[in-house]
Amino acid sequence: MTAATIKTTYREAMRAAIREALVRDERVFLMGEDVGRYGGCFAVSKGLLDEFGPERIRDTPLSESAFVGAGIGAAMGGARPIVEIMTVNFSLLALDQIVNNAATILHMSGGQFNIPLVIRMTTGAGRQLAAQHSHSLEGWYAHIPGIKVLTPATLEDARGMLWSALEDPDPVLIFENGLLYNMEGELAADAGAVDISTAAIRRPGKQISLITYGGTLFKTLTAADELAREGIDAEVVDLRTLRPLDTATIIDSVARTHRALIIDEGWKSGSISAEIMARIMENAFYDLDAPLARVCSVEVPMPYPKHLEDAAIPQVPTIVAAARRVVTGHD
Amino acid sequence: MAGAMQRNRRKQALIDREHALHLLKEMLRIRRLEEKCVELYTASKIRGFVHLYIGEEAVAVGSMQALRPEDAIVATYREHGHALVRGVSANAIMAEMYGKLEGCSRGRGGSMHLFDATTHFYGGNAIVGGGLPLAVGLALADKLAGRQQVTACYFGEGAVAEGEFHESLNLAALWKLPVLFCCENNLYAMGTALARSESETDICLKAAAFEIPAWPVDGMDVLAVEDATKRAAIAVRAGGGPHFLEYRTYRFRAHSMYDPELYRDKQEVEEWKKRDPITLMIERLKKQSLWQEDAWQRIETEVGAEIAQSVDFSEAGRWEPVEELTRFVYSEVAPTLILPRNAGEERGGGL
Repeated sequence: MTAATIKTTYREAMRAAIREALVRDERVFLMGEDVGRYGGCFAVSKGLLDEFGPERIRDTPLSESAFVGAGIGAAMGGARPIVEIMTVNFSLLALDQIVNNAATILHMSGGQFNIPLVIRMTTGAGRQLAAQHSHSLEGWYAHIPGIKVLTPATLEDARGMLWSALEDPDPVLIFENGLLYNMEGELAADAGAVDISTAAIRRPGKQISLITYGGTLFKTLTAADELAREGIDAEVVDLRTLRPLDTATIIDSVARTHRALIIDEGWKSGSISAEIMARIMENAFYDLDAPLARVCSVEVPMPYPKHLEDAAIPQVPTIVAAARRVVTGHD
Repeated sequence: MAGAMQRNRRKQALIDREHALHLLKEMLRIRRLEEKCVELYTASKIRGFVHLYIGEEAVAVGSMQALRPEDAIVATYREHGHALVRGVSANAIMAEMYGKLEGCSRGRGGSMHLFDATTHFYGGNAIVGGGLPLAVGLALADKLAGRQQVTACYFGEGAVAEGEFHESLNLAALWKLPVLFCCENNLYAMGTALARSESETDICLKAAAFEIPAWPVDGMDVLAVEDATKRAAIAVRAGGGPHFLEYRTYRFRAHSMYDPELYRDKQEVEEWKKRDPITLMIERLKKQSLWQEDAWQRIETEVGAEIAQSVDFSEAGRWEPVEELTRFVYSEVAPTLILPRNAGEERGGGL
């Protein structure tokens, strides 16, 4: 990186992105539960009410369906809403609007009405918030044609994906893993919009592709470091966008490494990890030197006690062990 | 209701003959279009679900008189009449029901999903209550942009049982948004009578609970509908926040083509048919000696020709090539993305 950098956090990068969007485009406004006076339930929008006022930093009642639907209507009416939902679990109360309206209206109208809407929400476990605040349902949303699903993991993506999502003519859902908000690091002072259609190789390697996204990216990178100490050279692919899925980058990587492990905080059954495996089988079966494998969450609703929650979601040792099995054929 | 009737009696003296004939013609256009739909459904030219508006025409025709071309409309799956009165051509509506490329939604939507950008017709929505949040959002966009526009949101009384109804009314009232809530109370949510699904059957009371001015209107009387809606629309446009009208009406036909109507009495249907909105209007004109049989015949002929033409138009329409199946899932305009200077590095080089 040549330009000057600043020290920042994922939360601050996201806030800077929202702020920039509000400054750049007067049609942009932020709406959601406690985004204003409270400052956002994860403090992402803290301070924005003072700067932009209650018309553009708009607190809503606890009416997920109505305010998500209002976001869709406002987008059709020429505004550029950013709708914040506290957690992915709460977004289920707005599922009708997201799936039956946001995802379908362009198609049902024969291309007449597009929905330039951005919906942001928190996802993921690890904060002892139990079974109604901790799930990873972004893979579910990736099932739906008509919407796009982004999972920023890095500071660059937290800073840059929002503007690209706002520029997109269609509904974009952004999933922010709750454990990442406090992540600190260096970010280019002039960081801005990033591409939202491709996966990224976060660590090049030759022997196995570790394919992941969001909250498990950093666990996977740590696992890759440990594997390197064992003499296993792992490549780490950050999907970044779950829909549309960048199949080409996945297949290119697997064609080079001949092995793949998928790491996903979602459950296995009917999941994005299953979809990735299917695409590898469809496109790269003859490139494989070993059966595919995956590390996912254990199929239970998220438990509250820390030791059980830790056991329920992917962790560095389980990723390392699974990758080792794929590469060496034994534990 | 009695008050409304009295006002109507007063208004009868003021009927403008040309306008009355216009309203009659609009109602007749809906009636004849839908009668043709039944025929075409029987002939398998139209498939899927088709929900007829016959009996309720006075609501769409009367209420639309209050709207301006720039206003927005959100409707339900029983929306042929609303689209037609709003200015979507019979050709485009009929072709849509045929599933042809020339339909107002390119054939992608069918009977339940008529859309038209040029008349600001934001669709037939087939999820009961699903359109209300959209109307709130359209009105919010107008308010934020400082436009003096009204969003008219049509829904049936069945929608009041949905959470989205209550959430949307609250939001519209809380933010004083220019939404005109148009509740078409035809007494049955498919086959469930209002009293069998609601503990409180006075729908206006529900709206009033959100501090929204609300009143019932005789939905079979096109002039009463027009009058009430104009007054409400003026208030909404002037910044008075959302207003709510409950149009008391009745569906003469079955809920859809698959409905044997086991839930209501034939006698009840016959009673309501005595208040057929078209007949009511004709009788009123006759009483006031404004009726001219030849003018009526001319209207019948014109409407008949329009509907016949819509069938010819649809028959001659094209099927969208199967190669285009996956169009309109995402917009075809590429986003104008501004890439940062380090975009290439970021994609290729790792952290």
